[in-house]
Amino acid sequence: MNYPCKIKTINLNLFYGEFQALKNINIKIPPKNITAIIGPSGCGKSTLLRCFNRMNDLIESVRTEGKVIIDNQNINLPETDLISLRRKVGMVFQRPNVFDLSVYENLAFGVKIHRLYRSKTKILEEIEHALESVGLWKELKDKLKKNAKNLTLDQQQRLCIARVIILKPEIILLDEPCSSLDPIATLKIEELLFQLKEKYTIVIVTHNMQQAARISQFCGFMLLGELVEFDTTEKIFTYPSDTRTENYITGKFG
Amino acid sequence: MFSKLQKIKESILEFFIRGSGILIILFVVLIFLFLLKDSLFFFKSYPLKDFFTQKKWLPISEPPSFGIIPLLLGSIYVTFFAIIICVPLGMGCAMFIAEVAPSFLRNILKSFVEILAAIPSVVLGFIGIVWLGPLVKKIFSIPTGMCGFTGSLLLAFMALPTIISISEDALRSVPYTYKEAAFGLGATKWQTLWRVILPAASSGIIAAIMLGIGRVIGETMVVMMVTGNSPIIPSSILEPLRTLTATIASEMGETVRGGLHYFALFSVGLILFIITFIINFLADLFLHRSKK
Ligand SMILES: Nc1ncnc2c1ncn2[C@@H]1O[C@H](COP(=O)(O)OP(=O)(O)OP(=O)(O)O)[C@@H](O)[C@H]1O
Ligand SMILES: [Mg+2]
Repeated sequence: MNYPCKIKTINLNLFYGEFQALKNINIKIPPKNITAIIGPSGCGKSTLLRCFNRMNDLIESVRTEGKVIIDNQNINLPETDLISLRRKVGMVFQRPNVFDLSVYENLAFGVKIHRLYRSKTKILEEIEHALESVGLWKELKDKLKKNAKNLTLDQQQRLCIARVIILKPEIILLDEPCSSLDPIATLKIEELLFQLKEKYTIVIVTHNMQQAARISQFCGFMLLGELVEFDTTEKIFTYPSDTRTENYITGKFG
Repeated sequence: MFSKLQKIKESILEFFIRGSGILIILFVVLIFLFLLKDSLFFFKSYPLKDFFTQKKWLPISEPPSFGIIPLLLGSIYVTFFAIIICVPLGMGCAMFIAEVAPSFLRNILKSFVEILAAIPSVVLGFIGIVWLGPLVKKIFSIPTGMCGFTGSLLLAFMALPTIISISEDALRSVPYTYKEAAFGLGATKWQTLWRVILPAASSGIIAAIMLGIGRVIGETMVVMMVTGNSPIIPSSILEPLRTLTATIASEMGETVRGGLHYFALFSVGLILFIITFIINFLADLFLHRSKK
């Protein structure tokens, strides 16, 4: 399959101490699409996702081999500037992790640490844009000073997405972003992601196969640390080439 | 049958818990009334105005002078400098233990802090007399090392364990997900600590500082031993002075029970009580505000 790619890994191996969590992963993720990564619990989905913004660096016992190439640059090198990498590759986590600060401060945090804008009015303008793009501006424009912890979970998760978007990233990684939300909130987030894919490369880890089928254009199936199959979502869900994928999709295990 | 037994059990428990709560309030009120009663005795024969305006504390001269100002200033000086020393030091230490130190070092440091908390204040006073006092004297070339500053240093030292362990707890109880979020946005370790973790832990940290201050104000033994015990208005922290607590402790033994001096000391106690009450009240106010 030939297509342009934003993220590519070459022979990526990852070890937690002795345990090998990723085995020789070669994946090519296209730009401005939603790519879903599915697979049973513990197969290494989160681990792979965290390779794309080097979040695994936070864990002391981790060792990685191989290349992770984003825009023709291997980011898996010691000299990589993690600060600008993480600005370019934003991440949204499983549980909404808004800071114990006001809505305003949550959004201004990234702006301040990356020194993007100085003037208050410009920051406010960017906050409006970011909230607008996650559909929160109307609800929150009078509540910017309120503590973000008081929002509903759905609003909190949107705020987390806005917090990433305000940094103008190119890639957004989402690790089971809907797993703590109810079905309606989940649908709202899915709609949001669908809009966002026009501007960003989105990689989403999900447990939920229907979700993957609904929103993604490309899909990878992982099992026991291996990337078993990667293809268009349509192909994965209609005629997968690997029997293991087929078994998983049809619900024989997982 | 079972549920009835359960009910009795629960009502006994409730009674006990409620009783403990009320008992605490009762204690505080009783102590206050007790102090107030004896203070009123004092103010019957010594004018309230003189108590607050006289510049001298001369309980055994004739006629005696009971001006609380020198003692009040002594307490304020010593406490103020102790706080200036121990708050930054304690915060730095707490941040280091909670966020920076590798785990083996963290455990060592924590046990040292615990040991520090267990040192009796008499021992610290002793160290102050034989070692710290002379050192202060030499460094500032002043006539005596038994001065307010030596007291402040030792008090700061005594408040450190409280401040460190409670702030460290507060810092460590900030969820790991906050850190993940901050790092994920490209923050450095210090930006994360400063902008995310500290604000999230702020109420615990303020409580730690307030408790530290409480410790400093109420401490008696150390200040009695090292601050020179001279109840005159200090013109600088490097002069001998005497605090409210030290005054009560050192003079209570020499007074005639029921005499004017005796009741004067109760008035000093009342002032001390009011001060600590106000500090606690402010701390509460602050805690509630920061929670909103
Ligand atoms: N910090 C760690 N230390 C050691 N092993 C780990 C660590 N994190 C994950 N693992 C192991 O690595 C494997 C992959 O974990 P990972 O979290 O990537 O799985 P996952 O596919 O995201 O699972 P889930 O769907 O449950 O989130 C698991 O077997 C897990 O036990
Ligand atoms: Mg996971």
